[in-house]
Amino acid sequence: MSLLELNDVKVHFPIKRGVFFDRTVGHVYAVDGISLKVEAGETYGLVGESGCGKTTLGRAVLRLVDITSGEVVLDGTDLASLPDKEMRSMRRRLQMVFQDPLGSLNPRQNIESILSEGMAAHGIGANQEERREKIRAILAKVGLPSNALSRYPHEFSGGQRQRIGIARALVLEPDVIICDEPVSALDVSIQAQVVNLLDELQEELGLTYVVIAHDLAVVRHISDVIGVMYLGSLVEEAPSDSLYAEPKHPYTKALMSAVPIPDPVVEEARERILLTGDLPSPANPPSGCRFHTRCPWAQPKCKEERPQLREVGDGHRVACHFVEDIESGVLQIGTDRAAVVPAARTEDAGIEAAAAKAAEAAEAAEDKAVEEKSASVEATDSEAAETDSTESAKDSTAQGA
Amino acid sequence: MTTSTKAAKIERLAELTAQNETSSGASLWREAFRRLKTSKMAIIGGVVIAAFIVMAVVGPWVAPHSPKALTWKDEVFLNRGEFVGPRGENWFGLDHLGRDMFSRFLVGARQTLLVGVVSMLIGLIIGAVIGVVSGAAATLGGAAGRRVDTVVMRITDIMLALPSLLLAASIAAVMGQSLTTVMIAVGVVQIPIFARLLRGSMLAQGSKDYVLAAKSLGIRKRRIVVTQILPNSLSPVIVQATLSLATAIIEAAALSYLGLGNPDPSVPEWGVMLSQAQRFFDNAPMMAVYPAVGIIITALGFTLLGEAMREALDPKLRG
Ligand SMILES: Nc1ncnc2c1ncn2[C@@H]1O[C@H](COP(=O)(O)OP(=O)(O)OP(=O)(O)O)[C@@H](O)[C@H]1O
Ligand code: SF4
Ligand SMILES: [Mg+2]
Repeated sequence: MSLLELNDVKVHFPIKRGVFFDRTVGHVYAVDGISLKVEAGETYGLVGESGCGKTTLGRAVLRLVDITSGEVVLDGTDLASLPDKEMRSMRRRLQMVFQDPLGSLNPRQNIESILSEGMAAHGIGANQEERREKIRAILAKVGLPSNALSRYPHEFSGGQRQRIGIARALVLEPDVIICDEPVSALDVSIQAQVVNLLDELQEELGLTYVVIAHDLAVVRHISDVIGVMYLGSLVEEAPSDSLYAEPKHPYTKALMSAVPIPDPVVEEARERILLTGDLPSPANPPSGCRFHTRCPWAQPKCKEERPQLREVGDGHRVACHFVEDIESGVLQIGTDRAAVVPAARTEDAGIEAAAAKAAEAAEAAEDKAVEEKSASVEATDSEAAETDSTESAKDSTAQGA
Repeated sequence: MTTSTKAAKIERLAELTAQNETSSGASLWREAFRRLKTSKMAIIGGVVIAAFIVMAVVGPWVAPHSPKALTWKDEVFLNRGEFVGPRGENWFGLDHLGRDMFSRFLVGARQTLLVGVVSMLIGLIIGAVIGVVSGAAATLGGAAGRRVDTVVMRITDIMLALPSLLLAASIAAVMGQSLTTVMIAVGVVQIPIFARLLRGSMLAQGSKDYVLAAKSLGIRKRRIVVTQILPNSLSPVIVQATLSLATAIIEAAALSYLGLGNPDPSVPEWGVMLSQAQRFFDNAPMMAVYPAVGIIITALGFTLLGEAMREALDPKLRG
C-alpha cells in the first residue's frame, strides 16, 4: 500500500455574492478529481501552469482547505473524513513547506518560538529545555547557526528563511512533507542549495516528498514520479525519466517543447508545439477534455467526453482519448481522425479509392475549418463569461477581506 | 602606524563586536520603538502629551487659587462688561464670575483627560471585543463563523452610518446630562471604528501563510488567534487609539459645549469653559482662547504621536 493516496479529490471554491447573506453563484473548480499514489521514501513531483490548482491540492492534502469530495488516505487513514481532533494529531505526520518563506513565518515570533510551538502542541519534549536541544540539532541539520534561536524572521536572508520553514516541518518528525514551490521565491543561486538540502534530508531521514513546481526543471532531478496538472486535473503521470524521454499527453509535449535544449542540433530539429489561447478559467472549465480548447490534436469527441487517466504502458498514466493514435503518428496535428483512421485501415485499396478518401479528407478539413471558426466565436463568448466569473471571484475575496 | 589610524582601527573593531552582540534578535515591537524614538513628530507629540498629563495629574494641587470659588466676584460685578485680563495674581485673568481662569484651566485639564481616556477605552475595549469575535469567526470559524461575522459587521455598518455627534446627542438625551453621559456617548461612537479596524486587520492576517502554517502544525484555533493573528493585527488599533484620544477630547468638548455635559457649571472642564466663554466672546475673547488652544494643542499632540506610531509600526518601512 502506498503511504499517501488520493482518490478522486475535489476542491470546489464557492463564488459568493450578495449584500446581506452571501449567495453561491458558482464554483471555482480548483481541483477537480485527482487520484494519485505516493510511495514511501519517494518524491512525487507535481507540475503545471500557474492557477492549475497545485497549491490547492497541496493544501487539500493537509486539509487546510475544505475538501469537497474524495479521499486523502495517509497510511490507511482517510484524512478527509477524520474528525477535527484526530486530524490535529495526524498533522504531525504531514507537514508543509511554503512558497513564500517570509510570509509563512510569523514576523512577531522568534525562531525558537516558531519551531517549538508545533512541538508543544504535539507534546514533543517534556519541557522547553528539551525542545530547545532538539531544535538546535535540527537547525544544525538544515544549516543554520544555533544563535538563530533568539532572532526574528526579518533578520534572515531568503534562503535562511526557507531553511527555517523546513526546520519547522522537520521538528515534528513527519512522514510526508509537501513542498509548495519551495524555491521559486529564492534567488537562482540559492535554489540549488535548498533543493540539495531537501534531497539530503530525504536520504538521511527517509522522508516522503510531494514537490510542487511550475516548471519542470526544478522537479526533474529530485522526483521519482511526476504528475502533470492541467486545470484541476492530472493529465499525465510517469516516472521522471520516462516522462522526459517520452512525454505522451499533448499538454506535456507542449510543456516540454517549450524548454530549450542546450544542444543546437537537437534544438534545431526539436518539434515545437505552440499552445494557442489562454488558460481557461477554473470557474468555467471547458467541457469534455479540459485541454480541448488548446490541444492541437483535438477531435470532436474531446469536447464531449472527459478522458480518464489510464495506463498506456511504460508506467505512463495519461488522460487523453487519442494517445495511441498520436503516438503512432496516425493522428497528425490539425487532422480529423474520422477522415484519417478509415484510410489507414484500408491500405490495400486502389488509387481511386485513396483519391476519393483524400477528397473526402479535404472536404472534412474544410468542414473543420468552418467548425473551428464557430468554435472560436464560442471561445470569445466563453472568455467574456470567464472574465465575469473571475471578477466575481475577486469580488468575493475582496468581500472576504 | 600613527596613533590616529590605530585608534580608528580599534574603534572599527569595537563597532564590529558591538554589532555582533546586538544580533541577539530584535522583535518588531522593539524595532518600531527604536524608530519611534528618532521621529521628530513622535517627540513633539510626546512632549505635548507629557505636559498635558503632568498638568492633569498635579493641576489641582498646584493651582494657585480655588477653581470654583468666586474669589474676585465683587471686582467683576463692579466692572460689568469689562473683564479683568491677565495680571500678576491671575495669570489668565478672571472669568465672568470672578474665578481665577488659570486655576480653572489647570484643574480642567484633568477632566478633559479623563473624558478623553475613558471614552477612548470604552470604544477600544468594546470595539476590540466585537472585532476579535468577528475576526476570529471570519478567519477560522468556517461557514457558520462567516455568517456570524456578516451579521456583526452589518450592525457596525449601521452604527457607522449614523452621524457621530447625533448619536452622541441622542445617547446624552436619553441618559440625561452628566460627565458619564458624555464619556459613554463619545465612547459608543468609537466602538464600530475599533471593531471594524481590528476585524479587518485580523482578516488580512488570517489569510497569510504563517496562519496556515500554524494550522498545519496542529495548533488549536484559539491559540492561533492569540499567538499568531492578534499580535500582528494590533498595530493599526494602537495607532487608532492614540488618534481617537484627540477626537474624543474634541467631541467631548463639543458635547459639553452643547450643554450635554456636567450639569454643574462650576466644575471646570475645557469644553464647559469654552461654552461659558461664548456669551462673552465680544468683550473677553481670551476667555475662550485658553480652553480652545488647550484642546487644540492636546489633540494635535495625540495626532502627532499617532501618526508617528503609524509610521514606526509600518512593516514596509522596516530597516
Ligand atoms: N480560497 C480560494 N477561493 C476561491 N478561489 C481560490 C481560492 N484559492 C485558490 N483559488 C483559485 O483556484 C485556482 C487554483 O489556485 P492555486 O493557487 O491552487 O493554483 P496554483 O497552481 O498553485 O498556481 P500558482 O502557480 O500561481 O501558485 C485559481 O484559479 C485560484 O484563483
Ligand atoms: S483528449 Fe483530445 S483534447 Fe484532450 S488531450 Fe487528448 S487529443 Fe487533446
Ligand atoms: Mg501555488
